[in-house]
Amino acid sequence: MSKTNESLVEKGLLITAISSIILIALIILFIFWEGIPAMQSYGFFNFVFGMDWSPSDNQYGVFPMIIGSLAITGLSLLMAVPLGISCAIFLAEIAPNSMRQILRPTIQTLAGIPSVVYGFFGLIILVPFMRVQFGGTGFSMLTASIVLTVMILPIIVSVSEDAIRSVPYEYKEASLALGSTHWQTIKNVLFPAAIPGIITSVILGMGRAIGETLAIIMVAGNVVQIPGSIFDPVRALTSNIAIEMGYATGIHYNALFATGIVLMAMIIILLVIANYLHYKKKVTIGGGYL
Amino acid sequence: MNRIISPKNAQKIMKTIFWASGILAILILLVIIGYIIIKGLPVMSLEFIFGEPIDSGRSGGIFPMIVSSIYVTLVAVLVATPLGVGAAIYLAEYAGENNLVRAIRFGTETLASIPSIIFGLFGLSFFVIFLGMGWSVLSGALTLAIMALPTILATAEVSIESVNKSYGEGSLALGATKWQTVYRVVLPAALPGITTGVILGMGRAVAEAAAILYTVGAALSIPISLFDPARPLPLHLYMLATEGISLENAYGTAAVLVILILLITIISNSLVDRYSKKMMGR
Repeated sequence: MSKTNESLVEKGLLITAISSIILIALIILFIFWEGIPAMQSYGFFNFVFGMDWSPSDNQYGVFPMIIGSLAITGLSLLMAVPLGISCAIFLAEIAPNSMRQILRPTIQTLAGIPSVVYGFFGLIILVPFMRVQFGGTGFSMLTASIVLTVMILPIIVSVSEDAIRSVPYEYKEASLALGSTHWQTIKNVLFPAAIPGIITSVILGMGRAIGETLAIIMVAGNVVQIPGSIFDPVRALTSNIAIEMGYATGIHYNALFATGIVLMAMIIILLVIANYLHYKKKVTIGGGYL
Repeated sequence: MNRIISPKNAQKIMKTIFWASGILAILILLVIIGYIIIKGLPVMSLEFIFGEPIDSGRSGGIFPMIVSSIYVTLVAVLVATPLGVGAAIYLAEYAGENNLVRAIRFGTETLASIPSIIFGLFGLSFFVIFLGMGWSVLSGALTLAIMALPTILATAEVSIESVNKSYGEGSLALGATKWQTVYRVVLPAALPGITTGVILGMGRAVAEAAAILYTVGAALSIPISLFDPARPLPLHLYMLATEGISLENAYGTAAVLVILILLITIISNSLVDRYSKKMMGR
């Protein structure tokens, strides 16, 4: 093969490599192009901090949904983080080999199950259960958070486990040699050393929770309001887009893209924090990082 | 000493908690999969799998949805694989550390983090409306291809990088050019890893519904051309469940989806196993 061919190949490969930058640029361009008109005509401040969303009256305030997204995400993290870290410690430190061989594929499968299946399961099992236990319709912030907990568990477990595993073995040996019990070693040595990776796993879980759409629609009730209790129905930013895009026209259509801009801004903030925490480890198994 | 629990007991308690959380995770999976398969299996007859839906899915089968899922996923992977593997080769074999490479990495990372509904919005405004592809297999597949790209790229890059460096050096020393070396030596050695990445990307595409909600249409007939609208399985399940059309058919559709995902997980796991054993053996 001649020299020119070699450089042609390299140029071709470079083009494929640049494609992800081009795609990101296109995505941002088109979302903003469609979304900005709504923000302009309704006012940026009114849009982001407005309390009313009622397209029929030309009211486009997404603030209740920003709170809704954050509330559902926060509540699910409250459940998923302790469970996930505890699972990760179990996998990395405690579990015998046979148990590990069951648990690891389990976590992987949980990561692979389609979000609509989780939503469907929540709809037919969890919603009636909540209705019987706590009254109301059963469609609530809590129901959505429980479904999300299961969905973000895999990413928290796998990234945290990696972090715990990558603590140098000498640390553990030294601690044990000083007479600490295994739990003292985990608590005082391994866990603190793994904390950057564990925080990363939590941020990744958070990103997934904020971005989840259909599973939440199916169980959250989707009422536009700031939830007063965890048993109130809520609507997330993602749900807002998916529910109304089917029939939106004119400024309503643009407002939904503007909702997308808000959503993207939240994700990008998370991404910047994650990068700031120097996360280099990528999770290739389980599909995606955030 | 204000210690109420001795270190030995604390150890016992914490170990119990860790075991419990591990077992809880397994139980969650078993309950979800078990319930859906137990409820869905009775529905999954031959007529259900190979039948046409009747009365917008109220009864009848899901054959057009299975075809849609396979069609859309295959086109998505066909588009994403060359891009992802090409980029991985460039990043692993050609690129140095410069600003361009950092930008590419940041781009891929961002792409992997964008919520699927945003891809859906983009697909709608770019493929469906701007490029005039309409609600079609092609619009949906291209949207899914963008989603699967980061998965394929990241996995391929790791597997290309983990190919023993002496292989490439040996090939170069024999007088092969860079591309000959990559094409004939490095890529074949990295192939199992690349395949795993493609299968994982497929898993992502098969499972996705939000991104194709407003790009692929919702037709109930079998899509033939790339420009026909379609309705992949997750979308069908979403519609059956939220519009309260047929609970029974929703169970069946969910079961088919879960079984598909289980198959994909098992295949990619056995590939990873075989690959890592091979690497250890040398």
